[in-house]
Amino acid sequence: MTAYLECLRGIVLREWLRFVQQRSRFFSALVRPLLWLLVFAAGFRAALGIAIIEPYDTYITYETYIVPGLACMILLFNGMQGSLSMVYDREMGSMRVLLMSPLPRPFLLAAKLVATSLLSLLQVYAFLAIAWLYGVQPPVWGLLYALPALLLAGLMLAALGLLLSNGIRQLENFAGVMNFVIFPLFFLSSALYPLWKMREASEWLYWLCALNPFSHAVELVRFALYERLSVTALLVCLGVTALCSVLAVLTFNPQHAALRRSA
Amino acid sequence: MIGLEVSGVSFAYGARQALVDLDFVLVPGRFNALLGPNGAGKSTLIALLTRLYDLQSGDIRIGACSIREKPRQALAQIGVVFQQSTLDLDLSVEQNLRYHAALHGLPRALAEERIALELARQQLAERRREPVRALNGGHRRRVEIARALLHKPQLLLLDEASAGLDPASRQALNAHVRRLCVEDGLTVLWTTHLFDEVQADDPLLILHRGRLVARGTAASLAEAGEDLSASFARLTEVAA
Repeated sequence: MTAYLECLRGIVLREWLRFVQQRSRFFSALVRPLLWLLVFAAGFRAALGIAIIEPYDTYITYETYIVPGLACMILLFNGMQGSLSMVYDREMGSMRVLLMSPLPRPFLLAAKLVATSLLSLLQVYAFLAIAWLYGVQPPVWGLLYALPALLLAGLMLAALGLLLSNGIRQLENFAGVMNFVIFPLFFLSSALYPLWKMREASEWLYWLCALNPFSHAVELVRFALYERLSVTALLVCLGVTALCSVLAVLTFNPQHAALRRSA
Repeated sequence: MIGLEVSGVSFAYGARQALVDLDFVLVPGRFNALLGPNGAGKSTLIALLTRLYDLQSGDIRIGACSIREKPRQALAQIGVVFQQSTLDLDLSVEQNLRYHAALHGLPRALAEERIALELARQQLAERRREPVRALNGGHRRRVEIARALLHKPQLLLLDEASAGLDPASRQALNAHVRRLCVEDGLTVLWTTHLFDEVQADDPLLILHRGRLVARGTAASLAEAGEDLSASFARLTEVAA
């Protein structure tokens, strides 16, 4: 057991050291949601009135509405960044160091997911702190309740990123992930607008949003921030995390990349 | 001292056969050389020995452990220096080593003790806090060897470890690894395409186009008046 804990600590510490050395990564991860909060939300505040919807007890500003979605945006981008880093490590050969560990590969991959998610949490809480100063102030206990929700959402998105990285032949193909994964996941979700508004616009778009796991991650975090639990969102996030993790482990094989390159 | 036994191992990248029915045993506690030109299949063999690739046929035994049946126990006995450097350039020497020790589940105190010991043996103790990026090629290779030895493996694999080094650094690295065989009783597999890295009495395997075309020592494979490069040319010509 000690060996597993040491291994997990080592992987988390390495990710942390790499993160600390790439401070620009931290700031760019914050700039993106802050632009949405400070510029986009300010511009759309008047146009997008929000009715009273769960978990809120009263009318809320648009800024308040989008904060959970923007927190999850950080998790989404970091999950995909983790995927990019897996492809980079595979291309550069440093993945071999990880795989030479005598501990089981599923554990090593799970430890990578945990490390990615923990780093994401730091960035999310930095964002929530700035949002607090800006006036978006969920209950203080909500910030604590949101921790496991954010961790689960982070793990789900990191597992999705890992699964995607297994299918990416080389680093150059990563741009496709932006266009075909990040943007659809984000915009077809409840991050920026409540789903009933989407339903008014289009029934089929509504269903795409409702089925999108990212919507459930956003709702899980939104409810947790207001000291509530969305059971549906929790079950969907747990299920998608488990499915993506299992598929990522099953499809993870460094040999595949070599065979594909050779073919 | 443990040995390495490869039996009936073949490997193909799709339609391209990279290794064909390899059978050999390494001499325990010795510097075993595997000589082959680029594309002979050396790196594919290393990938199979380290379980980065799955065996398609045959078996590999490291000591008493079959890599098919007990892959984790087998991996615990191997230290590797890959052809392409796998150090994290932005981390310091000691941070790279700590990461490796953690991946092998070594308790922190023991890891620190071994890091100090191995860095001292590699004469890198004073550079432990420097980023790897600041080291020259020869020193980086030494860090990789120190890293490969942290978990006390019995078998050390070096895949063209001297590639890219200047002649003096190559020679020093080669001599250093030979000393490890003597001091630690390590079994070493040193893959190379450079004849001057092999000594006359080294156990030698010659790999050519995925096939093992000769085994013995450089001295035993040579015909009258031949040096190793002439023996190699003759043996690979016959095989072709």
